[in-house]
Amino acid sequence: MYAFDIERPTTIADAAKALSGEAQALGGGQTLIPTLKARLADPGTLVSLSGISEMQGVCMSDAGEVCIGGGTTHATVAAEATAYPALAETASHIGDPAVRNRGTIGGSLANNDPSACYPAAALASGATIITNAREIAADDYFQGMFTTALDEGEIITEVRFPVPEKANYQKFVQPASRFALVGVYVAKYADGVRVAVTGASEEGVFRWTEAEAALTSNFSAEALDGLSVSADGMIGDLHGSADYRAHLVKVMTGRAVSAAA
Amino acid sequence: MPKDGGIGAATPRREDVRFLTGNGKYTDDINVRGQAYVHFLRSDIAHAKINGIDTSEAEKMDGVIRVFTGADFEAVGSIPCGWQVTDRHGEAMQEPRHPVLAHGKVRHVGDPICAIVAETYEAARDAAEAIDLDLEELPAVVDMKEAVKDGAPKVHDELTSNLCYDWGFVEDNRAAVDEAIKNAHHVTTLELVNNRLVANPMEPRVAVGDYDRSDEEHTLYTTSQNPHVIRLLMGAFVLGIPEHKLRVVAPDVGGGFGTKIFHYAEEAFVTFAAKELNRPVKWTASRSEAFMSDAHGRDHITKIELALDKDNNFTALRTETYANMGAYLSTFAPSVPTWLHGTLMAGNYKTPLIYVNVKAVFTNTVPVDAYRGAGRPEATFQLERVVDKAARELGVDPIALRRQNFITEFPYATPVAVEYDTGDYNATMDKLTEIADLSGFEARRKESEARGKLRGLGLNCYIEACGIAPSNLVGQLGARAGLYDAATVRVNATGSISVMVGAHSHGQGHETAFPQVVADMIGIDASQIDIVHGDTARTPFGMGTYGSRSLAVCGSAMVKATEKIINKAKKIAAHLLEASDEDIELADGQFTVAGTDKSVAWGDVTLAAYVPHNYPLEDIEPGLEETAFYDPANFTYPSGAYACEVEVDPDTGKVTIERFAAADDFGNIINPMIVSGQVHGGLAQGIGQALLENCAYDEDGQILSASYMDYAMPRADDVPFYSVDHSCQTPCTHNPLGVKGCGEAGAIGSPPSVVNAVLDALNAAGHDVPHLDMPLTPSKVWDAMNKGA
Ligand SMILES: Cc1cc2nc3c(=O)[nH]c(=O)nc-3n(C[C@H](O)[C@H](O)[C@H](O)COP(=O)(O)OP(=O)(O)OC[C@H]3O[C@@H](n4cnc5c(N)ncnc54)[C@H](O)[C@@H]3O)c2cc1C
Repeated sequence: MYAFDIERPTTIADAAKALSGEAQALGGGQTLIPTLKARLADPGTLVSLSGISEMQGVCMSDAGEVCIGGGTTHATVAAEATAYPALAETASHIGDPAVRNRGTIGGSLANNDPSACYPAAALASGATIITNAREIAADDYFQGMFTTALDEGEIITEVRFPVPEKANYQKFVQPASRFALVGVYVAKYADGVRVAVTGASEEGVFRWTEAEAALTSNFSAEALDGLSVSADGMIGDLHGSADYRAHLVKVMTGRAVSAAA
Repeated sequence: MPKDGGIGAATPRREDVRFLTGNGKYTDDINVRGQAYVHFLRSDIAHAKINGIDTSEAEKMDGVIRVFTGADFEAVGSIPCGWQVTDRHGEAMQEPRHPVLAHGKVRHVGDPICAIVAETYEAARDAAEAIDLDLEELPAVVDMKEAVKDGAPKVHDELTSNLCYDWGFVEDNRAAVDEAIKNAHHVTTLELVNNRLVANPMEPRVAVGDYDRSDEEHTLYTTSQNPHVIRLLMGAFVLGIPEHKLRVVAPDVGGGFGTKIFHYAEEAFVTFAAKELNRPVKWTASRSEAFMSDAHGRDHITKIELALDKDNNFTALRTETYANMGAYLSTFAPSVPTWLHGTLMAGNYKTPLIYVNVKAVFTNTVPVDAYRGAGRPEATFQLERVVDKAARELGVDPIALRRQNFITEFPYATPVAVEYDTGDYNATMDKLTEIADLSGFEARRKESEARGKLRGLGLNCYIEACGIAPSNLVGQLGARAGLYDAATVRVNATGSISVMVGAHSHGQGHETAFPQVVADMIGIDASQIDIVHGDTARTPFGMGTYGSRSLAVCGSAMVKATEKIINKAKKIAAHLLEASDEDIELADGQFTVAGTDKSVAWGDVTLAAYVPHNYPLEDIEPGLEETAFYDPANFTYPSGAYACEVEVDPDTGKVTIERFAAADDFGNIINPMIVSGQVHGGLAQGIGQALLENCAYDEDGQILSASYMDYAMPRADDVPFYSVDHSCQTPCTHNPLGVKGCGEAGAIGSPPSVVNAVLDALNAAGHDVPHLDMPLTPSKVWDAMNKGA
């Protein structure tokens, strides 16, 4: 680790000010601290977001959306997002207890790891990512592996999830890291079904639109018969070939549909 | 019934109280006043010529004390290899120099190039980034078969090739074996890879060097399984420090699994630098460093052929193995694929003709050495896989085929030079059949099928050899050390006892089990007895703990020393009771004159030994302390039969282990709870090898699985609740306790049954998959079902 200074603002405004210079936001540190330990980053100043109470907690908006503060830990989401059970369930399977007690939804979405779980949940739910500066639709937010619409120093303050009729996330774990080797989040809304896939593509999280169309007209695993996912652009590594991942996308989608509640 | 706290009692492990409450004292807990810290700048290239190292900027940086390079160690010895193998032609193996810091060339990713000593770790790491390395990349050799081809780049320019040795065993059998295979009724052939593993003890390696100018004494605190061996190797061969000026302390060690047997460059470095700088120097490995500097395990490529006659009797066995040595010879590396592997190729079977060929190969990879089981898992895996494959090819029951070929008479001299003293392989197979509920398998398979899952059953037998000995034999085989052990039993005036042992406990529970033996022999409470280990200044010269040797070898020394104590104590008791020595009996801590009610307690006798007012001073010396050394007559041969049941998800290829049963014969048992724990841990590691673990290299010699993001360790939910049994007991015939050793069995015995089970599931479902190499990851299994193996 390189030496760094740390600031602990208590308001979003102060945090934004602190982040305007050479500084980096620190959420739960579950990604950033290992990166620092490996000396892969040298941020100079870290701005901890964990003391900002307006970024904490789970509530319901008047429009019936589940609103999660950007600094809310996975454990809190798992325990408190009861109005959106599939989301709470997803949070309860991220990492291990230590990771869930520290890691935050804002950190996870800002990082946009191609194998992370929340990006699939946010994209499949058509969530809105609220920052200190603007509101970004999930469809515009994810821009490829580790790349998002966020500007330098922009803070995710809240994430709003419309609650679907039914949803489910199926995570097929990579045996070592237990991130998603392939994870599929299926959410059924009154106006259609959304299917988001994580872990599989070199472009990061993506929507499987053919499956969405098929499931919108018939929300059952059989609706996927005859569909297939191309292995082009899929990740191939020690843990699975591109073909294998493409195959798993369909299997996990079917399972998510069957399990959706 | 076992006596409370004596032999056979399932006494809870007393050391766990300190481990579980955070009171263990590990090497990293040791901080010597004034210590500096060293960081090793390691090569990130597998093979390169060092054209220049400019440390001038680094040396000017704040907090930097000194930067060492290979040039500082030119006058220092090579990190030694402790075993010299002689090849098929009677020539000694090729043995390259292994410098403390790389000199001239780097030979694997992780090879240390510079050592930066500074006031803090961070200062040392900062300085490392300021070092200007001029490395000229050379083509790397990673694949063993490529490495031995003519014209392959050489890992060591001074050697004739990358072939360390070409070993034939037993060379005189070669022609007869070839002939038998040529004329056999049936030959089953299997080519396989035994995957490279990283041991991953929970505690990474740590070393602290200290030097006392007043008495010119060095102290090395290190994470070692055998402090005396480190003192011998480092003192005599590397740094030239005589034993009486070198103390090696290995305090609590958080797991070793073999990888902490060996003498490592970092230990020599901190010992050397502490004197050079006149300051204690501390090194603590990061997990990333552990992946690229702890000796790895396994990594064999093997072809095995089993010949059978028309009645399915095994008639001959031939194997050819390429064994990866990595870039340098780690301490016991040459012995693992030879004497710990070739000698086990008979397994549990009376195959009359066996020939084993092993080519040990240098590559640009981390050195490979013993890892839990060391050679024996590799032998067991190929043998038990080829037997299973033969059963499938011949359409016979794999249990029946095994039973038919079992060795049933003991002692049994194998065609691979060892003699099994005892065993009962049918008994463990019977026990396995019972505890694994093999008769219920078909019903369970149907139940799995109803859920859309493929169920498979796999089993295997194993034989292993523990407590490698005797010393005169291992000396002939190339060992450069003895393999005895030693114990000193020090009885204190009030009757409590300290037992100083050469064995080292790093998870095995010696502090609980060893006192049970002494308590049983004397008839006092085990709480009166403590074990002292892990410090060359406090313990007699023993060889440490590996190869499941501690109780069989060091425990035997302890028994002999305790017998001496009892003999002397009886003489004292006889004096106190005014009787003759021969009439004194010891039971329950009381010395009694046979046939009378005259007795004296243990504590009165021990007090008399140290306050000899009423004492036969003219006949015996005061005091009550005895040392014994014990050199076994033979190995011990634990054996057993294991069964695994898996479910395979046909949609994803994911394997889950539903049941696992292990029936072992460890001879006599001192603490059955500790034995079960040892088996459980070994099974987890064996299952880890079979399903999860793999240290993968790319063709440039980069490690692809160099962190827990990519190297999959078994977790609690990867393993089932085991059913283990060790009630089959054929006591070892040649050690006083009749014990055999249980530390490695689980890791040796479990991989073949897991693989056999997965293949059974696939084949039963109509997939013709003759073999799959470990680890059986979901993607590999899915590929086998969908694309053929
Ligand atoms: C062992 C382990 C297992 C894991 N398993 C999983 C898993 O199964 N699935 C999964 O999805 N993830 C997993 N993770 C990742 C985990 O969820 C992390 O918590 C998460 O990716 C990052 O969140 P954080 O709050 O810790 O962010 P940090 O590590 O603090 O920061 C990550 C990045 O986000 C930025 N950042 C943080 N907060 C904000 C914010 N509010 N606004 C803008 N930028 C911000 C930081 O500057 C940094 O660039 C695992 C992590 C570990 C260590």
